Formats: sequence, C-alpha cells, structure tokens
Amino acid sequence: MIPKEIDNHTTENTMLTAEEIHEINEEIGMYPYRQAACIEALKVVQKYRRWVSDESIEDIAAHLEMSAAEVDSVATFYNLIYRKPVGKYVILVCDSVSCYIMGAETMLDHLQNKLGIGLGQTTADDRFTLLTVPCLGTCDHAPAMMVGRDLHRDLTPGKIDAILAACP
Amino acid sequence: MERPLTKNIRTDGQPVFLKEYESQGGYKALPKALKLQPDEVIELVKKSNLKGRGGAGFNTGLKWSFVPKKGDFRHKYLVANGDEMEPGTYKDRLLIEGDPHQLIEGMILSSWAIQADEGFIFIRGEYTYAAEVMSKALAEAKAAGYLGNDILRSGFNFNLHLHTSVGRYICGEETALLNSLEGKRANPRTKPPFPQVSGLFGQPTIVNNIETLCNIPHIINNGAEWFNQLSLTPGDGGTKLFGASGKVKKPGVWELPFGIPMRQIIEENAGGMRDGLKFRGCLPGGASTDFLTEQHLDLKMDYNSVAAAGSRLATGLMIVLDDKTCPVGMVLNMIHFFAQESCGWCTPCREGLPWTEKILRKIEDGRGEMNDLDQLESMVRFMGPGNTFCALAPGATAPLGSALKYFRDDFITHIRDKKCSWK
Repeated sequence: MIPKEIDNHTTENTMLTAEEIHEINEEIGMYPYRQAACIEALKVVQKYRRWVSDESIEDIAAHLEMSAAEVDSVATFYNLIYRKPVGKYVILVCDSVSCYIMGAETMLDHLQNKLGIGLGQTTADDRFTLLTVPCLGTCDHAPAMMVGRDLHRDLTPGKIDAILAACP
Repeated sequence: MERPLTKNIRTDGQPVFLKEYESQGGYKALPKALKLQPDEVIELVKKSNLKGRGGAGFNTGLKWSFVPKKGDFRHKYLVANGDEMEPGTYKDRLLIEGDPHQLIEGMILSSWAIQADEGFIFIRGEYTYAAEVMSKALAEAKAAGYLGNDILRSGFNFNLHLHTSVGRYICGEETALLNSLEGKRANPRTKPPFPQVSGLFGQPTIVNNIETLCNIPHIINNGAEWFNQLSLTPGDGGTKLFGASGKVKKPGVWELPFGIPMRQIIEENAGGMRDGLKFRGCLPGGASTDFLTEQHLDLKMDYNSVAAAGSRLATGLMIVLDDKTCPVGMVLNMIHFFAQESCGWCTPCREGLPWTEKILRKIEDGRGEMNDLDQLESMVRFMGPGNTFCALAPGATAPLGSALKYFRDDFITHIRDKKCSWK
C-alpha cells in the first residue's frame, strides 16, 4: 500500500510515465524518506528505458526532491546503472582473476571480433553492448559471462557463438 | 561427516522450496528459539564459536551482544550480506540458490536474538536467479506465517525484504552496504558509531554474511557443543564452505570441517592440478588474501593457522596459481579490479591503486625498471592497514606484497627480458 501523501505527490513537467511513477512511489513507501528510494528509482527507469538519460536524472531528482547532481552522483557510482544508451542485450564478461586464469582474455577477444565492437560499445543493429564485470561468483565454472539476465558458464568460443545465435 | 549447511542442497541444482525444506526438518528451530529468551539465543551462538563467514571471522554472538537492549528505537534491523563480489568466491550463491529457506529461518532466529523487527537480504545485482529463488521463498514463508506479524502466535513481528543491488564491490563492506540500502553512494562510514548501535537509518543494525546466518538453525536445533565438535579446530565452530578455482581438475565448493589441511582440499576435493601443470601457490580466501605456496600445503585451514602463515582464511574459497600462469599478470588483474572498484573516498586507495596498476602494467608489458619493485613495495606499505578508510586497499595489497615476496624472480625476469615469458 502506498501512503496517500506519497501517491498524491505532484510530478508536473516530468517525462516519467505513470507506470514508472507508480513503481517509484511503491519503493518510496518502503523507506522512511523519499530520497532513500534513489537507487530503486534509477532501477525502475532503467528497466523501462534500458539506460538513464540526463533528462531522466532530472525527472527522478524532481520526484525525490533531490538535486540532479545528487541523483547523478548515485547513478554514476554503480556499475549496473547505465548512463549511456545500451543495446537490447548487455553482455557482461567476467574479467576477474579466476576467469583470467581460465582464459577470459581469449573470450573477450572472440566476442569483440565476432560482434565487431570494442569494450563499452554497442553493435550497429542495437542488439548487443559489450562490457566487463567484476567476478560473477561462479569461478568453479570459469570463464563466465552474462547476457541480459542469464548467466553462461564454462565458456568456449564455440559456446559463445551458440549463445549469441540463440538470442531472440 | 555431517554437512548441515549443504545437506538439503539437491544434486540436480533445483532449489529446495518450502514443502521440501519442512520435510527435511526445516522451521523446527523456530518454535524452539521463540521459547528461549533472546539473551539465551545470543549466549548459545556465542558458545558455538560461530565466526563471521564474510571474511572477518568475528564471533557472531559477541557481535549480536553489542546491540543495545533498551532505548527509544523506531526499528532494529538485521541485514544479510549477499553482495559476494570478492573475486574467487561463490559460496553464498550456492546457499541462496540451493536452500533459500535455510537463510530465511536463520534470519528469523537471529532477529529474535537481537529483537530486530525489520530485515533485508542484500543480493548483488548480477545474481538474478538467486533473487528469483529468494523472492519465491520469501512469499512462501510469508504465506506460511513464518514472517510478518505475530510469528507462530508468539507476538513477535519480523518483516523481511529482498534488496537487489546494482553492482560495486565496496557494497560488501558493511557500512558501505548500509549507505547503499539507504539509496546513497556506497562509501564506507566512520566507525564509531558501529552499526550495532547506529546503522541503517540511524537505528541499531546487525549485518551478517549469508553463510553465517545459514548456520543459526543448526545451532538452535543441535546446540553449541554439537556445533563445536563439527570442527577439527577448537575455537572455530562448525563447518565451512571451502572451494578451489583455477586450473585444478575439479573446481568446486565443498562443506568441510575447519582445520582440514589445504593439501586435502586441493588434491582430494579438487582432484589435484590439471595434467601437465604444477601447483605454484594459492590465494586461500579470495583476491584480498596473501599468496601461500607449496611450503604451506599442509597448513590447517582455520582462522589462526592461516593467519600465522601470513595470510587470511577470509572467504575460504581459494584461487590456485599453476606454473604456466604468469603471477605478474595475475596480480595486475587483481589490482586492476581493486583500482576500478575503489569507491574513491580516501586518497591512498583512490590514487594509490591506479598508480600501482600502471607500474604493474609497465612490468607486464616489458617496460619495467628494477626500481619499480621498490616503488611497488612502498605502495604496499602506503596502502597498508591503518592508512586507509576501510579494508579495501589493505586487501588489495595482500596479493601484491606476497607476490613480491614469493614470486620476486618472475618480476625480475619480466624487467630483465623486457617481456612476459608466458606470452
């Protein structure tokens, strides 16, 4: 249940959708004050828009009664909040130590060649963005990566090709 | 040998949900604990010698005893730390994905002990499946009356929420985690005040690791004496999830007694090194621990023995270095991780780690000079314990300082030959 004073909060001049505002308000209701929902608000916006634009930062700031700089300081702190456009699938390749020992560099080279993009870039068809990620916590099945929300382990170049081909 | 933590975990990888958990004796500890006074539970856990499994190894019952009993508090909080971002560590994932109700029951019991009314399970953002499993288990526990108001008609209220994080290693530091839960940047906080007194939203808060909390139902059910006898080392109660990754034949994670020799884990559980490779060393408990080498193979894996050998047991999941992997490249990889994950709050860590990475990159690429080694030594001292705001940078210097000690010849060869001989 969302307390009335939260749900009635005016959000004129905002580009946030009614859905986004509703979900953010639900999160605000979980905390003792509005600003504590900052990370959750960023997650909500990113869920719908893939990434968080400058305009979204300002909208979230207005809704949470914070400065845009404060919201951006939070957004830019976290690895999984994207402040630049990303593709339909974000590929997170583990480049930490166990994967390094087990050949992460080879997997990264293969992905870059296969997709024709470098780290931090998105394919021209807007499907894949390639990033590295700290240890995915599956080191007994290294090397590993995530594609979207799915974890893939014991990678080989052949396996990577099959995973990418299977993406709808 | 008893394996209380993993006894329910299925070999087919499917999670154990409520019905199955109850049929295996789950939630039997709850009515038992609710009949005890909270202080009696704390005393029992203290006597069990359960030590924090997140790495610090502090007595859990003692930590709980620092929560003030009286005072005008809006809430008391219990937080499960499932940020698990220490490179080389994959134990909490197993516990959450395999047996989520064990954690929930452990948290209800712990909240009774410290009289917390609100709880959070903090799971790293990349653990999407763990979060799905946990959210289903939480809904089951609520529907069954194990969570919420008036639990089992005892008058005790405990609400438990799932929080999925958005990625940053520093969130594993307990005060940084609290800032993150409050929606802020995850910078660590000044201590004191300690979270036990002033934690989440300024209220008394206990942050415990997932594995730590999963032990509580078994201690309530079987007692402190039973828990102590699970271990081969007096003073370190219970079992531990140990693991090995790297080029061993069968990497994995296993529940074993404290005090088991390192050799046994590597040679028996992990099946020894892959054919054609030799063991050169390992980081015994994640990337922020000092290297141990062949001379330490018969070391007992417990907090004091590993500390006496100059390292830390920490998470207990070891990363194995073989004789065909470049130790300089391996250390560079870890320093790169720490430099990237530094929160930037204090100068030695924010500036020192990227600088160290630069020097190591130079050496690995064959552009190193002999006096770089002195520079690296001074960086290890400069970012060592006591010089930084939290434990991130001292942890980062552990593999570097110990590599300079045990694998110095490799650094020298890189500098002399102007190349990495493994490339």
